Amino acid sequence: MKTHEMPRGGTDPDVPLLMLSVSCARAHTHTLRGPSTCVICEPARKMIFKSLREYLAWLYYQYLLITGIYVLEPWEKSIFSSILFSAIAMAIYTSYVFVPIHVRLALEFFSGISGVQPESTVALMT
Amino acid sequence: MAITAANGALPHLSPNGVKCEDIKRNGCHNKREKNGPGTGIASRQHKQESFEQAPMYVAVMTYLGFGIVTLFGYFRDFLRAVGLEKCNLAQEREEQKDFVPLYQDFENFYNRNLYMRVRDNWNRPVCSLPGPVFDLMERVSDDYNWTFRLTGRTIHNAINMGSYNYLGFAENNADFLKTVADTTQQYGVGVCSTRQEIGTLSIHEELEQLVASFLRVESSMTFGMGFATNSMNIPAIVGKGGLILSDELNHTSLILGARLSGATIRVFKHNTLKGLQRRGGRDGRKVGVNMEGSVVRLAEIVALKKKYKAYLYLDEAHSIGAVGPSGRGVAELFNVNPADVDVMMGTFTKSFGAAGGYIAGKKELVDYLRSYSHSAVYASAMSPPVTEQILRAMKCIMGKDGSTEGIRRIRQLAENTRYFRAKLKEMGFIIYGNDDSPVVPILLYMPGKVVAFAREMLERKIGVVVVGFPATPITEARARFCLSASHTRAMLNQVLRHMNEVGDHLCLKFSRVKYSSCPDLCDETDFELDS
Repeated sequence: MKTHEMPRGGTDPDVPLLMLSVSCARAHTHTLRGPSTCVICEPARKMIFKSLREYLAWLYYQYLLITGIYVLEPWEKSIFSSILFSAIAMAIYTSYVFVPIHVRLALEFFSGISGVQPESTVALMT
Repeated sequence: MAITAANGALPHLSPNGVKCEDIKRNGCHNKREKNGPGTGIASRQHKQESFEQAPMYVAVMTYLGFGIVTLFGYFRDFLRAVGLEKCNLAQEREEQKDFVPLYQDFENFYNRNLYMRVRDNWNRPVCSLPGPVFDLMERVSDDYNWTFRLTGRTIHNAINMGSYNYLGFAENNADFLKTVADTTQQYGVGVCSTRQEIGTLSIHEELEQLVASFLRVESSMTFGMGFATNSMNIPAIVGKGGLILSDELNHTSLILGARLSGATIRVFKHNTLKGLQRRGGRDGRKVGVNMEGSVVRLAEIVALKKKYKAYLYLDEAHSIGAVGPSGRGVAELFNVNPADVDVMMGTFTKSFGAAGGYIAGKKELVDYLRSYSHSAVYASAMSPPVTEQILRAMKCIMGKDGSTEGIRRIRQLAENTRYFRAKLKEMGFIIYGNDDSPVVPILLYMPGKVVAFAREMLERKIGVVVVGFPATPITEARARFCLSASHTRAMLNQVLRHMNEVGDHLCLKFSRVKYSSCPDLCDETDFELDS
């Protein structure tokens, strides 16, 4: 992962800047940053990626760093990633299969209090 | 170090060296300071110290990272135990399996499962002097850091942001080192004896007088090793039955010395006077921190100690030479009378570019230590070239060599510190500590990022020191930059530029407070052109 082009701000040595030595107690104005700029989105906005592939590679790098598996050996990384991936896949499958049914049942239960009572839940499921 | 009772004089020591008549009235405050130089405005007591908290998700992710690596650690241990994987660690022989175990398996869990994976970031071989730039030997590992191999190439002129070289005395300029070379010619290098036997040279006497006059105390004694100065002298001063109040973030040498002494130790929360007071306030030692960058509140501590009739042991390993308008440490910074501090301790490793430590104070104290300290009696005396290096550095700082080089360096360090810290804060990193401290800890938090940071910076030819658990709390892993008076503005700018890029690349800018430098409200404004 090498250096990316970045918009140059105050740290650009090529642009002469008038810098004031911040030596006094009241020199800083502290303002809280804007509402929830997430730590991933902000650098991503600053960095310029040459291609989608590079962006995906950077996202993968962040995933390695955050979960801590950056320090593991490649085969351990594969084990962890496959376990995580299968867990997520199972979660998606389960939600795809079961969530609509549960939502429909819940809605009918609550509408049944105010409205018509169904004969049986078996009739509902078919 | 609890020694005497209310009369304040050193007690009559019996041969076994343990005395403490009255537990209640003894004690010392011990403090280790590490700070940048002051601004010369002694009245500016309020220091800006910041210890910003990271967002909650950062702590969660840190624990997550550690948890996952720990799980894999158990898994790998299981594989090693079963025999599916070769064990690279020391193990007892088959015939010795029934003996008392020599290598404790579980204690080294962290070491073999986390540290070993990433230990290429530590113990890097340096092959030049540790000046503002240095050379590193390139080394690679073929088996995931169990063994290393030097490739033969050298990384030249990497910027050194890790050495304790605050005033830039780690230099190899032949003119400056002329006196050191002459001393080596005259005295040789090894002393071949301890101070008590036949190892006290005239140059040691000269150094001790100079240190005493530098610190404005009666007398001082120097030792060959800084760590040993603490760990060997505290048992000589305090004994069983005394009480030591120790700051939570004390250095290991102080903790070791306190434990060796056999006194009761009570720890109080770092730099809090209320904590100190609550802890009985009778005796105590307060020590500043090595990893944090905060300043001790010396005047208040002295007031407390007078109120409770305790003794103060001040450890200035990092602040001597670097703090205070003329480099005389925190006592000068806060305008405290040096006679109020009972035992002043410091080391020569950091600001003077040498090795060793000193203890300074009243003549009776120092004379007592000459006979009863383990370091003085058993340890080898300080080497003559090292002694001369300290002499020349100290004379330079005091201005006795006739030039203003010392003051220039102190000012340069102050300027570098302020600039560097301000720019890093502006970029959005979380920095701990006092604004004047030349030790800049940048919080990285997650174990993966700590390692990635060190490796990325090395690729960009900047040498940094990163520290994680267990030297720091588990959620506060950091990189620690040590600024030097010999860093030029161009070097700092280069480091800052790379820090900016790496910070974005690794998403390290956790600070939620926006800093902007405001031109009109400043007391002192220096206009500098960034070119």
